[in-house]
Formats: sequence, C-alpha cells, structure tokens
Amino acid sequence: MTNSWTDIRNTDLVLIMGGNAAEAHPCGFKWVTEAKHHNRAKLVVVDPRFTRSAAVADFYCPIRAGTDIAFLGGVIKYLLDNNKIQAEYVKAYTNATFIVREGYGFQDGLFTGYKREDRDYDRATWEYEFDEQGMAKVDETMEHPRSVFQLMKQHYARYTPEMVERICGSPRDKFLRVCEMIASTSAPDKAMTSMYALGWTQHSKGSQNIRTMAMIQLLLGNMGVAGGGMNALRGHSNIQGLTDLGLMSNLIPGYLTLPTDRDRDLDTYMGTKGFRPIRPGQTSFWQNYKKFFVSFAKSMYGSNATAENSWAYDWLPKLDVQYDVLRAFERMHQGQMNGYICQGFNPLMSFPNRAKIRTALSKLKFLVVMDPLQTETARFWENHGEYNEIDPASVRTEVFELPTTCFAEDEGSLTNSSRTLQWHWPGQAPPAEARTDIDIMADLYIRIRDKYRRDGGKFPDAIQNLRWPYLVPHAPKPEEIAKEINGYAIEDVKDAQGNVVVAAGRQMPSFALLTDDGKTSAGCWIYTGCYTEAGNMMARRDNSDPSGLGIYQNWAFSWPANRRILYNRASADRQGRPWNARRRLIEWNGRAWTGVDVPDYGPAVNPSANVGPFIMNPEGVGRLWVRGLMRDGPFPEHYEPFEAPVENALHPAVGPNPVARVFRGDMEVFGNARDFPYVATTYRLTEHFHYWSKHVRINAILQPEMFIEMGEELAREKGIRAGDWVRVYSNRGYVKAKAVVTKRMMPLRMGNRTVHQIGIPIHWGFTGATRKGFGANMLTPYVGDANIETPEFKAFLVNVEKITVQA
Amino acid sequence: MSTLQSLDIRRRSATTTPSPQARETLEVAKLIDISRCIGCKACQAACLEWNDLREEVGVNHGVYDNPLDLTENSWTVMRYSEVEQDGNLEWLIRKDGCMHCDDPGCLKACPSPGAIVQYSNGIVDFVSEHCIGCSYCVRGCPFNIPRISQRDSKAYKCSLCSDRVAVGQAPACAKACPTQAIYFGSKRDMIEWAGQRIDDLKGRGFANAGLYNPEGVGGTHVMYVLQHADRPSLYAGLPANPRISPLVEIWKGMLKPIGLIGIGLTALIGFFHYVTRGPNEVAASDEAAADRERERVTHS
Repeated sequence: MTNSWTDIRNTDLVLIMGGNAAEAHPCGFKWVTEAKHHNRAKLVVVDPRFTRSAAVADFYCPIRAGTDIAFLGGVIKYLLDNNKIQAEYVKAYTNATFIVREGYGFQDGLFTGYKREDRDYDRATWEYEFDEQGMAKVDETMEHPRSVFQLMKQHYARYTPEMVERICGSPRDKFLRVCEMIASTSAPDKAMTSMYALGWTQHSKGSQNIRTMAMIQLLLGNMGVAGGGMNALRGHSNIQGLTDLGLMSNLIPGYLTLPTDRDRDLDTYMGTKGFRPIRPGQTSFWQNYKKFFVSFAKSMYGSNATAENSWAYDWLPKLDVQYDVLRAFERMHQGQMNGYICQGFNPLMSFPNRAKIRTALSKLKFLVVMDPLQTETARFWENHGEYNEIDPASVRTEVFELPTTCFAEDEGSLTNSSRTLQWHWPGQAPPAEARTDIDIMADLYIRIRDKYRRDGGKFPDAIQNLRWPYLVPHAPKPEEIAKEINGYAIEDVKDAQGNVVVAAGRQMPSFALLTDDGKTSAGCWIYTGCYTEAGNMMARRDNSDPSGLGIYQNWAFSWPANRRILYNRASADRQGRPWNARRRLIEWNGRAWTGVDVPDYGPAVNPSANVGPFIMNPEGVGRLWVRGLMRDGPFPEHYEPFEAPVENALHPAVGPNPVARVFRGDMEVFGNARDFPYVATTYRLTEHFHYWSKHVRINAILQPEMFIEMGEELAREKGIRAGDWVRVYSNRGYVKAKAVVTKRMMPLRMGNRTVHQIGIPIHWGFTGATRKGFGANMLTPYVGDANIETPEFKAFLVNVEKITVQA
Repeated sequence: MSTLQSLDIRRRSATTTPSPQARETLEVAKLIDISRCIGCKACQAACLEWNDLREEVGVNHGVYDNPLDLTENSWTVMRYSEVEQDGNLEWLIRKDGCMHCDDPGCLKACPSPGAIVQYSNGIVDFVSEHCIGCSYCVRGCPFNIPRISQRDSKAYKCSLCSDRVAVGQAPACAKACPTQAIYFGSKRDMIEWAGQRIDDLKGRGFANAGLYNPEGVGGTHVMYVLQHADRPSLYAGLPANPRISPLVEIWKGMLKPIGLIGIGLTALIGFFHYVTRGPNEVAASDEAAADRERERVTHS
C-alpha cells in the first residue's frame, strides 16, 4: 500500500477492482465501512462476479476476467477527453511534460523493438530525449507531439466506450457511470482509493494492470494524498514482510537486487545502479544504493566483509536466469532439481497445472516440508483416488516433515499491507515437537557449517564466513534478529562537522545515516528505525490519532522511516500548501515541512527548489510512461489472457502478451475457445484462508465442500440446477464440484457474442476437516506475468457438464 | 443458559406468581445493519465458539448458506437472497436468529414452568433443564426460530449471549463482526443509531430504508436496518407483520382462563366441603395403618 488501512476512511471514493476486499480482507474492509459512514464515500466494484464487496457497494459493473487494461484504458480516455484530470498536479508531478525520443512507436499491438524469435523487446527506443547535460527534455505546454501527454492521448484514443464494451462485456452505460464517479475525484480536494489484490496480479500482464490504475491515480492527483493511493491488499498476514525482506528469487532485503552473471564485480554491479538524476536538482534517492548494499553485506558477513573483498560481493549468488517458482518447478519437472525445501507453503495446491507439479515432486530425491499442518504437498505421494491419482510405489522422493509453530505460537513481527511492522507475542506454547522456523533454520545452518568445517566442500566461503552473533547459536531470539535487521553502528558515525551522531555499538535510528564505508550494518535498510536505542518500536501500542486522519504515528512502526503515506509531498501544491485543507498531511511553514506524517521529502527543502515529490525516481516525478523499465511496454496495452474466448479486438494478430514467458510443453496445453468456451477465474472465500483453515472444524462447517459458481442462463443451457454435481474441465485437467447457480455470474454481451464466466473457489484438498475436493489448480495454465511471473490464475478457459455420480 | 440472577426475571413461562420488581435493568437490543453486512459468517463462527457448539461438517447445497438452516447447534445462520429489480442486482444477506420479542410467543406457548424466561433487559432465554421438549415454543414463534434437538429433545435458540450481557459484554456475534454490521447496546441507543444509518441509506437512494422492530410482537430486541423496509420478505422471507400464532393466543387467551376457572372451582369445592363437612381429620385407624406401613418399609 502507498497509504494505509486506516487511511481508507479518508477517501471520497473506494474503487475495488482486481480484488474483493470484503471477501478476502473482511477485517480491513471495516475502513471502507468507516469511509462510507463518516465521509459519505461511495463504493464502486468492478469484478467478473457480483461479490461480497459488491453486496455493499453503491455501484457494480461487471467485466470479463482478464480485460482490466481495456477497461482502465477506457477510463484514461474518458478523463483526457473530458478534461477530468488535476492539471496542475499532472504538469508538476508527473512525466506528462517529458519528451520521448524519436523512433519510439506503437503499431498493431507491438511497441518498437519487438524480437519475435526471443519473445522480447529491444527497449532502446523507449527513452526520453535528453539534452547535452543528460537531462530529459520537457515541454511545459504538453503540446509537443512526442510529449508523454500527447503519446498517452494517442495510445488510448482506441479505447472508446464501444471498444470497452466489446472487449470487457461491461455495459456501456455502466462503464460510463464508473468513469463519471472516478472523474469526480480529479478535484484537488477529492480522493479515490484503489484497493486491489491478486485479481490484478495473477495475469500474464498483472504488473501492467496495476500500472494502468497508477496512471489514473496520477492523472487525478490521487497519489500521495490522504484517502488516495494504490493500495495492494496483501494475501497473507506477512507477505509484505516476505517481499520487504527479499524472499523473492531475484531480490535481497530492502528491494535491492541480486547480481546477475553479467555483474562480474561490485563496480559493474553498481554501474547498473547509477540512478543519476535526469532532471536538474532531483533527489533520486536510490543514489544511496551502495550505502544500503554495503550495510546489508556487513550484517551478513560482519568483519569478513571488507573494502578489499568488495564487501563480500563474490559470496552472493549471481543469477543466470530468474528463479521464480514457475521456473523452479519447470526445472524440477525436467529432473534438473533434486532437492526442495518447502517452508510455509503448499505448492501442490497453489501452483498451476497440478498434474505437472505432482510429476515434478515425484522426480525429487528429497523434499523437506516445514509447516504447522499436514499439507497436500507433504502427502503428494499418497493416492487419494481422483483427488490425487498417483502410484505411491512409483515415487522415490524421500519426504521429511518438520513440524513448525503457527503464528500464534511464536514471537516476532508481522508486516501488514500498510507496511506496518507489528510485534506479537506467543498466545500459547507449541504442541509436541513443533519448533519455530527460526530454530529449525538456525539448527540447519549450524549443522551445514560444521559439516563444511569437518569435511570441506565446494565454495564454503558464503557459509563459513557468515556473521552469527546470537547468544544461543541454535536458537536466535526474534529480538536479536530484529535488532540486526534494524542495524547498528560498527564504528562511530559522524556528520560533516565531525560530530558523532551514532556511537559505535548503538542501534541505527534511521537509514539516512547508513554509510557505504563499512561503518554501519543493517539487514534491511527500509526497516531501519524499527528497533532503535529507544527500544522495540514495533511493539508500540499508542492508538492516539491527534489529526483524526488515521495517522497513528506511535502505533508500531511503518517503513520507511515510520511514514504512513508514501509520496506525501504530493499532498501539497508546488508552493507547499495542502491541496485539501481538510486533510493536511504535511506543509511548508517557510522553514521546514511540518505536519502529522513524516515528510517523504527533504525536511528542509524549500518548495522553490522545484524538487519533485517522487524522490525515488531520477525524474523526481511520477511516471505515466515508464521508459524501458517494464518488459511489455512503456504504456499498458490490452492483451488477451493466454486462453481467451475471443480475438484481441484491438489487434487480432497480437492476442496475448507478446513477451510473457511460456515453457515448451505448456504452450501446447493451452485450450481453445471452441473446446473450452467459458471464461474461468479462481478466488478465495471469506470462510477459508487458503489451504489452512480447512483444517479447522468450524471453518469446515461454514464451507464444507467444493463448489463452482455459474450464471442462470448458462445453467439453463446445460440443464444444471443449484446443488447438482458438475465436471469442469480445461485442457489440463478437471474438477468435480457442486454447482452454485446464481444471478451474480452475469452473462456478458460482447458485440454480437455472449460470454459466460465460471467461478472456482480454491480451498478444498485431500487433507483437513472439510470434504475432499479437487483444487482449482487442476485446471489453471502454466504461464506468468511478463515482468514478475505471477501465474495467470485469474483468466483461463474451461468447459462444464452436468454429471450424475459423485467423484 | 440462564445466568442472570432471578432478580432480573421479568416473565417466566407457565407461572402466575409475580416477578421480582426490585431492580430495573437497562433494556438492551442488538441492531443488525444489513446494508453493512458482507455475509462473512464470522458471527456464525463466533456463536459456535462461544457457546461451545459444533455442527457436523455438511455438504454444499448449491448456495452460500451453510448450514442451510438453524439447528440446535447453529443458533444463527446467514441467509443469502439474490434480488433483481430494474436491471440492478442486490445480494441481501440477513443474519437470522432469535429476535428476542418483547411479547415472546415462545414464552407464552410454553407449558413448562420456568423453561422460558424473559429478563427485564428484554432477553428471552431458554432454561434447558426445565424444558420438556413439547415444541410448543416452535409453534409459538412467529419467526420459526427454536429447534428441538434429536439427541436430548430439548429446544435451543440464541440466548443473545445472556451470559456475556450479564457481565457487561456484547454478544459474541457483535464482538466478532468485522464491519460493525452488528451493534449492541441499549434499545434506545440502537434506535437512534439506526436512524443515522437510515438517513445515510436514504442519501444513497434507498428511499424506503427503515428499521425493522415489528409492533405485532411488541417490538424486538434484535432489530434490522433494512434497505427496503417496505418489503421485509425480500430478506429470505422476513415476515412483514409477525404475530403470535392464534393457537397460542387461544391457549393463553381462552384455555388459560378455563384452566384458572378449573383451579377456582377446585378451591370453591374444597371450601364448601370444609363448610358442609368440616375439616378432614385423622382417625385412630388411619394412624395405626400409617405405623404399619412405616414398619414394612423400614424393615423390608
């Protein structure tokens, strides 16, 4: 989230699209209720299904799964055509004024530079025009034909309401009503919040779904303001913490990136992290990258990381390709991966194309499952009839189960969607032999380290040289780790005048004081400030809210720097006066920035210096056009899902995302619209949490058995009544489930075609307290987002038939 | 279930002795705002948890409702209604359960003394050890709420968490509700709060938004805010004008006076017997027979 849960109550308009907050985030949804009641806010839901969120919405508009960019592109066109943008904000705080270099273009669904054989772009033309000083050229009038503003106007001119209806199946009048409501927040004192989740990410163009909305929020002046923002609702209680701490295959903590094979040494690596400002006087905060990187290296390797060995750079893994989960299981499937440690997730249920996952697991030598529950993955080798058809005798994989504590049985912090790190304490002792994940990993580490010491082995350095300062080496305390992540001064840290600002051995108060000369250590720079000399800031529980804006400055700790609303400099105009006098976050008082939130800006930078509010970007402004930073285009373009019921109406020759990665063998098992005419989408239900709560009796009582949802018209065509057994099948597998026949799955009229959608909740497997079920991933396609490889679970094709006998 | 003290009992089934009047407690109510309800079933879960009840794990019936109906274990269930009008769909989700009528049909119908009580705060509670399983309460209820257990033949229903309320806590469902669709407090406050909610709904185009607090049962201690108060039946058949069954009214209205006449006649006959024949007296032969009986019992 750029904002926070508690900030949602400040909004004038809630748009839930690409998510279903009432269903999947019922507790956070209370802030929507608050906004509606106290702020007279309106709630709009755009979703393939009439959801639980829609049940309490002021307005609902249906959409075909996988066509969000077409819908939102239509919104952009509406805003531009009707001049419903916050013009001053757009001019000053976005790159609308920037001029794009000659040679850039877009035609027939492809941007310039497409290399068909590589399924990739040469992105050289996706760049600004620079002057002799290396500064991007701008045109304040935004009338230059190659200005981002004009290019954007041109790009989205094709997204007419008629086109939106034809692609999305959203009735034209309903679409225009949504446009009107969104447009109402272009006023400087109005804000819209965008609440989204996996409904936008789980597509072959997921990143661009989100970007399209970010563009709208920039055009409306809704970024950085109270009640605005792009608010990703995270799907697990600590999944924000997971990404923050770099548990992605290509990251190290704090959104630093792992080096690749091309980055032979530290200088080469840092050469890719220049972040030189490309407009005069801009902050370009990533210029501090090396400070964060070196402080991270010091936290990993302590005194073993020195200037001489380039801060242990050689000990870091170097990526040859991106090792996302899809590739990991592809490798496993090809027999190129022998062992797998599966900690706290259940891939047999949660990754696409279950048959492929099961075969892949069967090819391992060993599988270690760390989990508090008996997962399907741990029992992938068990035959459960149709639910898990396998011959156990044919499986050679040795499976080790290490029971772990659940969240209520250990101590530590959880980072929620609001970027708030909140400390928690155990509610009860763990059962039997269950141990915390920290203890298991520490024990594992010590055994591996000792084995290296004893027996030697290839490349022991990265293991042997690790800093391991914990009082009880095989059981580090959560507080010890939290302190390490926050960081401390190894030597005295001094200011420009030579005064000691942090004495050696003291906890670092802020990442602003981290250095790149090895004097400071910090495990995750964005978390610095969470555990200072003042104590554990994450354990704070002061719920006072002096401003009434939901800025609980002394409740736990939000990264970065305890800031509750990112880019909050943009909540004030160029002169530093709040756009909205009723919701003042920060303002310029003539000498400094003051207000209820921590300024996301130099605290004493005079507005006359014209430093942009988006300080992480070398431009200093928000990007409507992203240069070459995304693989699939500088502007989001509508591409069909890999399995779609219709041609791409904008450019039939280019249907799905032209650069999304597809492995050999997976392309062949995509289904076509003739055999599989219905659009399917998968999702969670409130009654269950992923594949955990099915182990709990009460949750099992509330949703005991797998079902699918279908509309009344399709059900009539197929002779299916509510409660009948049906078989839903894709080109990869089938599920059998009960049919929920509902008005809430509306047939979509797209031009002269009618498209039906089928909803498939994900929760039932072959372990737990519910009735056994198949799991939606029997059906889903093995393809991910072009940028980050999140699987396309939200839009694919199936067929459905009535069956008489239960599985 | 009955954990409030006897001082707080306002009415007691099949009982004619007057109730204690020394103490007046605050009249309470639960307000269920359907326009805020997302149908998450947290209230159902909380109800099972707090009351230590469990259902069998059932099946899907082709709808979201589960369990499909109230049972002796599920004292509250969500009922989902899909309503389409003027091309607009609404998904109306109503938390069903005991309405805690001010004039409770169940209590009136109950023939077992003290099996159903009404506290001075308005809560209607089943006192299970006095329940004889006759199911008159089921027939007496205008909302079809009580359920008879197959296992122990006793009637069960929502107690409005009378045990929690007795110690100043809100009912478990209200505590668990994530969107504050369930409010709990004094009945007066709840009516006032409902007024604010109704104003908000009217501002959003629900011209007929209103409070459901039906007079036919003297008002209820569980009330709804409805978007369409003119048509309660849209909400899974919520009765528009609930009344206690005429059979119960006959039982209380006609049969009960007849019963009282019976009691009166007995007393009258006794009186005439006394006047005409004098008091019954124990004769010496009676005493001797009693002694013989005592001997037999103690020595056998």
